[in-house]
Amino acid sequence: MPQMNMVQAINDALRFEMRRDDRVVVLGEDVGKVGGVFRVTQGLFDEFGDDRVIDTPLSEGGIIGTAIGMALYGLVPVPEIQFSDFIFPAYDQIVSELAKYRYRSGGEYPAKLVIRTPVGGGIRGGHYHSQSPEAQFIHVAGLKVVCPSNPADAKGLLLSSIRDPDPVLFFEPKRIYRAAKGDVPDGDYMVPLGKASVVRQGNHVTLVTWGAMLYEALDAANQAAAQGIECEVIDLRTLWPLDIDTIIASVKKTGRVVVVHEAPKSCGLGGEIVALVNEKAFLHLEAPPRRVTGFDTPFPYTLEMEYLPLSHRILPAIIETARY
Amino acid sequence: MSTASYPAPSPAVSPAPANDGSVHPVARHPHDATAPDVVRALREDGTLDPKNDPGLRTEEVLSLYRAMVRTRLLDERLVILQRQGRIGFHIGSLGEEATILGSAFAMRQNDWIFPCYREFSAALWRGMPLQRYIDNMFGNANDPVKGRQMPDHYTWKKGRFGSVSSPIGTQITQAVGFAWGAKVKREDTAVLVYFGEGATSSNEFHNGMNFAGVFKTPVVFMCRNNGWAISVPTERQTASENFAVKGEAYGIPGVRVDGNDLFAVVKVTRDAVARAARGEGPTIIEALTYRLSGHSTSDDPKVYRPEAGLDPWRRLDPIPRVRQYLERTAGWSEAQDKQIEAEIDAELKAAVVEAEKTAQPSLESMFEDVYAEMPWHLREQRDELLRGTRAKGHGQH
Ligand SMILES: Cc1ncc(C[n+]2csc(CCOP(=O)(O)OP(=O)(O)O)c2C)c(N)n1
Repeated sequence: MPQMNMVQAINDALRFEMRRDDRVVVLGEDVGKVGGVFRVTQGLFDEFGDDRVIDTPLSEGGIIGTAIGMALYGLVPVPEIQFSDFIFPAYDQIVSELAKYRYRSGGEYPAKLVIRTPVGGGIRGGHYHSQSPEAQFIHVAGLKVVCPSNPADAKGLLLSSIRDPDPVLFFEPKRIYRAAKGDVPDGDYMVPLGKASVVRQGNHVTLVTWGAMLYEALDAANQAAAQGIECEVIDLRTLWPLDIDTIIASVKKTGRVVVVHEAPKSCGLGGEIVALVNEKAFLHLEAPPRRVTGFDTPFPYTLEMEYLPLSHRILPAIIETARY
Repeated sequence: MSTASYPAPSPAVSPAPANDGSVHPVARHPHDATAPDVVRALREDGTLDPKNDPGLRTEEVLSLYRAMVRTRLLDERLVILQRQGRIGFHIGSLGEEATILGSAFAMRQNDWIFPCYREFSAALWRGMPLQRYIDNMFGNANDPVKGRQMPDHYTWKKGRFGSVSSPIGTQITQAVGFAWGAKVKREDTAVLVYFGEGATSSNEFHNGMNFAGVFKTPVVFMCRNNGWAISVPTERQTASENFAVKGEAYGIPGVRVDGNDLFAVVKVTRDAVARAARGEGPTIIEALTYRLSGHSTSDDPKVYRPEAGLDPWRRLDPIPRVRQYLERTAGWSEAQDKQIEAEIDAELKAAVVEAEKTAQPSLESMFEDVYAEMPWHLREQRDELLRGTRAKGHGQH
């Protein structure tokens, strides 16, 4: 199995699927000749030409609106939004149109496409290049939301997303685009949507996280282990619909849960997870569920490492929860 | 996409749109700047066409020239600082100095400027101290935006200069609304709003043009057509003949100007401001210029743009063109160039030293200005952060 980073794995998935299915088209700003500002689509323009790898005018609303139209026609568009921070000019198309098409047309028009977009901070991008807006899309009925944490999952989840009958938002944690490396299965390889993975076993505290923060959670879990606290670490992979069974099974075992995410705390996905745990496993809880998250401020530039919920902030929450 | 082929000089009349489905070149060749509808003042021999001469005094030209050189040297220095990892990012204006400074200069004192992101020279022209700009590059405690935004995302309200946002085009409707405000209050204030030609594809460009046309707001739309939106060339941005012509659809007069001709830019901007002041409403100016550098320090233009394409634009570099004029009219000499360069260099070095020794913004400051008054949840989060341990690497820029 070849070793790849996230960028290469996503590129590999796109190339594989574009070869397999000639309805798949990639469109967005700078995705063609330059291969995307993060080089994720590099080489696709040379192989598939500009009918299928399309540099568009600078308009996210235009990109998503036309991608919806292409999908209705029968293509399988994979639009790229250069940074998830710039998705908002297309918000209306995504939220009011894309997400609602199947429902509002009585199932006649199941518009489906996969919006790929880099997400998250830690790359000195300030607030317009660092946000984590996943909750704003999870709140919208009709969308699936995915966020891989490693190259193999990135490939497998992207192939599943492209073949899924529903619209998918595919958030790529850019902080680990090149830092996360690993073996990636050759050829066709799918990771099912809606299935979390338990990346570390433990009996004392359940840590729920995703994307780039997985590595911080693992780091904190290893430090906690040195103090005799064994964490079970769950990587959600698909943020919505949530793999609630995996979370509840783990909480029933540990009785304690800490959710870690980069997005602001209030009304974030962490809040939903805590609510679900309360609803479904209240009597198993030994401590109040905790959230370690970004703050309810815009994402800052200079102080970004203080903003992010890195391991030094996760560890005390684990210890307090374990000793509650 | 035909980035590889640099189109032949276009005929004096703009070509009819190609009908074969292929993208046709849109006003990006330097020779386009000689098309009859493009306003020029500075002739090749360094003399001025009396028809378009804005009548600048020698001291004015000298200070604009100095500002252009300072902008260029700043751009070069900031790229080096970024390469050395001392600052995170820079988005420059190499080659576009005349468009930016000429138009900023032409605005009256009461007028306002709504920037895109390449216009630091306009902020400096409006009195933002160099030190504050450099502080922004380092995101330190003296940064006008308190280290919250990326480099080149500064603000300078004292100089009637807006606030830089990353998302493309958002400032356009805001500028229209600001100008509208002045109109409602019957104040003689116009607004200059900058954007690139890529921004003309954004939702906000169309909204802004439409509202400005309908409500005849005193706004000057300055489209810097620098050939590229990162890697996407102008002909991928529009199938219009050019960008000025877009005004027609909204009932707004459009003017094209040689954006590398300082005098012509001053002239057309002044005309547009005068029109706004007479209550006749907005104007869209398309300045034909060229991005001689990469899009930003994060970009490598070699991947999509042939180096040779730059040559004609290097010959049209706005700085030597003004210099030639000054040589002729004011006996400007190489020694004087050396002298201003040395002065600017010293000024720059000092500002960098000062910025590097200035502390980071305080941890508490992260929670300030989210609201006018801090609500409970932010106080709680602030206190939790202050009680905790510091992130690794905290205290560095
Ligand atoms: C809404 C939005 N989409 C995408 C981007 C990423 N982006 C930053 S600059 C840029 C190109 C802008 O080109 P143009 O408007 O022509 O201005 P120029 O950089 O050429 O001065 C793009 C696509 C962004 N900042 N905002």
